[in-house]
Amino acid sequence: MRKMTIDDKLGLNKFNVDESYSHIDVDLDYKDEAEIRKLLLACPAECYKYEDGKLLFAHAGCLECGTCRVLSHGKIVTAWRHPNGNFGVQFRHG
Amino acid sequence: MSEEKLDAIIVGGGLAGCSAAIVLAKAGLEVLLIERGDYCGAKNMTGGRLYGHSLEKIIPNFAEIAPIERVVKKEQVSLMTKDGALDIGYRSAKLSSEPENASYTVLRGEFDTWLAQQAEEAGAMLLAPILVDKLLVEDGKVVGVEATGDQLYADVVILADGVNSLLAQQIGMKPELEPHQVAVGAKEVIRLGEDVINERFGLRGNEGVSWLSCGDPSDGNFGGGLLYTNKDSVSVGVVATLSDIGHSDLSVPEMLDRFKEHPAIAPYLEGGKSIEYSAHLVPEEGLAMVPELYRDGVLLTGDAAGFCINLGYTVRGMDFAIESGRLAAEAVLRARELGDFSAQTLSYYKTLVDNSFIMRDMKQYKGFPTLLTQRAIFEDLPEIADDIAGKLFTVDGKPGDSVIMYAVNLIAKRTSARELVDGITKILEAF
Ligand SMILES: Cc1cc2nc3c(=O)[nH]c(=O)nc-3n(C[C@H](O)[C@H](O)[C@H](O)COP(=O)(O)OP(=O)(O)OC[C@H]3O[C@@H](n4cnc5c(N)ncnc54)[C@H](O)[C@@H]3O)c2cc1C
Ligand code: SF4
Repeated sequence: MRKMTIDDKLGLNKFNVDESYSHIDVDLDYKDEAEIRKLLLACPAECYKYEDGKLLFAHAGCLECGTCRVLSHGKIVTAWRHPNGNFGVQFRHG
Repeated sequence: MSEEKLDAIIVGGGLAGCSAAIVLAKAGLEVLLIERGDYCGAKNMTGGRLYGHSLEKIIPNFAEIAPIERVVKKEQVSLMTKDGALDIGYRSAKLSSEPENASYTVLRGEFDTWLAQQAEEAGAMLLAPILVDKLLVEDGKVVGVEATGDQLYADVVILADGVNSLLAQQIGMKPELEPHQVAVGAKEVIRLGEDVINERFGLRGNEGVSWLSCGDPSDGNFGGGLLYTNKDSVSVGVVATLSDIGHSDLSVPEMLDRFKEHPAIAPYLEGGKSIEYSAHLVPEEGLAMVPELYRDGVLLTGDAAGFCINLGYTVRGMDFAIESGRLAAEAVLRARELGDFSAQTLSYYKTLVDNSFIMRDMKQYKGFPTLLTQRAIFEDLPEIADDIAGKLFTVDGKPGDSVIMYAVNLIAKRTSARELVDGITKILEAF
């Protein structure tokens, strides 16, 4: 099978992104690289990025798994909620 | 709506929630099932295999009418190294020979939608997509829920809101999950076509295969790979314990690609087309993570209660979710008869759970989490197995040790006597 990027994969899914509200709050000034590395490796949707010493986060492709909350609650992840009803990912197969 | 009091509110339209709703609605109760997804199943993902026995008790012969994908008739477990895989396979007419012992591959989008329909047909009301924001608590008793600013009241609330049960955490029934208690699963559904699947996997009609593996895909991280055949697609995924992520430099998406590209897997996926990518947590600490199951006016079921086991060769949570939903409903029916929804009366739920296969099996495998944390199983064993199998199946005309001596030497080379004893003790304790 042809290798796909994460964006290719997320592009297969049905999302209804809440543009006005992020269901996850992230401390973008967080500096501990060991902690950052964990989220970069663990998030299945690669919502976390680290570029030029700066942590970036986008909730748009979030698969709502909860991994980042369990790994970094109270550290990088300052708040984690479910998206409001009707928003977020919709698995057609699951 | 706020002045009306319902008999029961169920939060979460997954397997546990829908099962509870069916049983309560059939008994004539006024039940509200609240689901945050557009439809039941929209937020849910699983590996693939539903052991049917617990749903049989609620809907006998359900497989004749439910949207199951295939009937599992073939089991395969692989120990994988970078280049190879040692497979243990089992195929028998005994597998899934009758409804009580049958297992089925399922896709939750369709399956949960169907199960919710059964609840609605039985008389339950489904509210979706609505996110329950919080539980209403009065004098220490749960009396209802708040959703989109509305307050809804009921005699009892059943929490079936899954592994990320923020609601149980809110009222302190359950602490935040710890990284060693859960694994993350990432999965693709890949369409291959029905005929291609039957041909490649050696299946006929609606026969299916369950194929689990440990070793290479997680590169020595605790975790493994899975492949289940659906009707015209396969579910291909990896599962990695959170506390172990970062042990190697592989990311979760990379683990999945590595699994898909493994020489033992790739040929089966050739020409396939990915149609969905999903991720979900799996509770896997077992008995040690089961929280308080009841309080005044509230019960905890399914993944929210940590009812799940990961044995490496199989993951089970769906049959537990269904059974716990049914038992919660039974406890609610009894509480209604007594006209009392206090913790004391609802403790009957725990008695039912304790006497069911849920606790029997959770106890039987209680040593498994420690066994799974023996890195050797994920790192060394697949390699040892691969070495032995390689030796066994390679004929090169060169003289060598007998296979048994070769195996003994190989194990001795990698493991100290003390480690070997420790490892064997752990394995024995697990049973
Ligand atoms: C990768 C992977 C592989 C697995 N493989 C298997 C397998 O092969 N066999 C097996 O038996 N088990 C397997 N499991 C485990 C199994 O999927 C779960 O144990 C099972 O789905 C739990 O069902 P549930 O009803 O408790 O929770 P869920 O199915 O998670 O349902 C919870 C529901 O609650 C809803 N919800 C949550 N919060 C709210 C809220 N505040 N308001 C409204 N709605 C809310 C959610 O949208 C969801 O519909 C696997 C799990 C994973 C992740
Ligand atoms: S919930 Fe899961 S998918 Fe979403 S940002 Fe966190 S780790 Fe990534």
